[in-house]
Amino acid sequence: MNDPQNVVKDFRTPIGRARGLGSAKSGTGHFWWQRVTAVVLALLVPWLVGTLVSFIGADLGTVQATLARPYNAIGMAAFAVALFWHAKLGIQVVIEDYVHTRAWEVILQFLLTFACALGALASLYAIARIAFLA
Amino acid sequence: MANRERPLSPHLQVYRWQITMTMSILHRATGIALVVGAFALAWWLLAVAAGGEAYASAAACLASPLGKIVLFGFSLSLVYHLLNGIRHLLWDAGWGFEIPEVYRSGYTVFGLTVVLTALIWFFALRGGA
Repeated sequence: MNDPQNVVKDFRTPIGRARGLGSAKSGTGHFWWQRVTAVVLALLVPWLVGTLVSFIGADLGTVQATLARPYNAIGMAAFAVALFWHAKLGIQVVIEDYVHTRAWEVILQFLLTFACALGALASLYAIARIAFLA
Repeated sequence: MANRERPLSPHLQVYRWQITMTMSILHRATGIALVVGAFALAWWLLAVAAGGEAYASAAACLASPLGKIVLFGFSLSLVYHLLNGIRHLLWDAGWGFEIPEVYRSGYTVFGLTVVLTALIWFFALRGGA
């Protein structure tokens, strides 16, 4: 810090450097959570596909009883949360890239957040209802 | 904009076709398709929770020819996005940045996508339908 060469290289204020959030005000948050949710989804997809394929030809009672098992219910809940979170982060960038009218961009980002939150909440509600009531 | 005649980036059509650009575009396209799939999954979970007629109509919808085509699209998109996503994660870890490696991993993703999707549908069609 006291090295004059260092001062010339970095124009950020000490508080800005400490926060580490940069000009976008969110730092590496988007990048990082996209990766975290990606890893969760990558680990869960083989289980999800296997479970869904096993439901082919099964009756409603079997599907409900299988999904109601604790590890399946918890796995599906984790998958739904990671899925809609990952979806929100991905589509957010698509909107940022292609929608150049500021008003439309803000409206679409709002709708995206609401829709993904609703999707995750609806999934959690359905899973809870299957696990506890079905 | 002072000069509207200036060329704007990216001019995709001036580039020679490369597998890398195709895979990048497909990653985004399959991602968008899978968001629709996410809401389809939520809809299906709600139908399972509701049971009765709601589940019967959802199951009939998924078992119909159009439903099967859509499910095939979702499965193909899911496998591609998963495999290419793992490729992205390996790049994030600093692996495979040399151009021959990028091409090799790209063709590997394409090949494995076909194999794994075929495997899913082998078990799916054997299991019921």
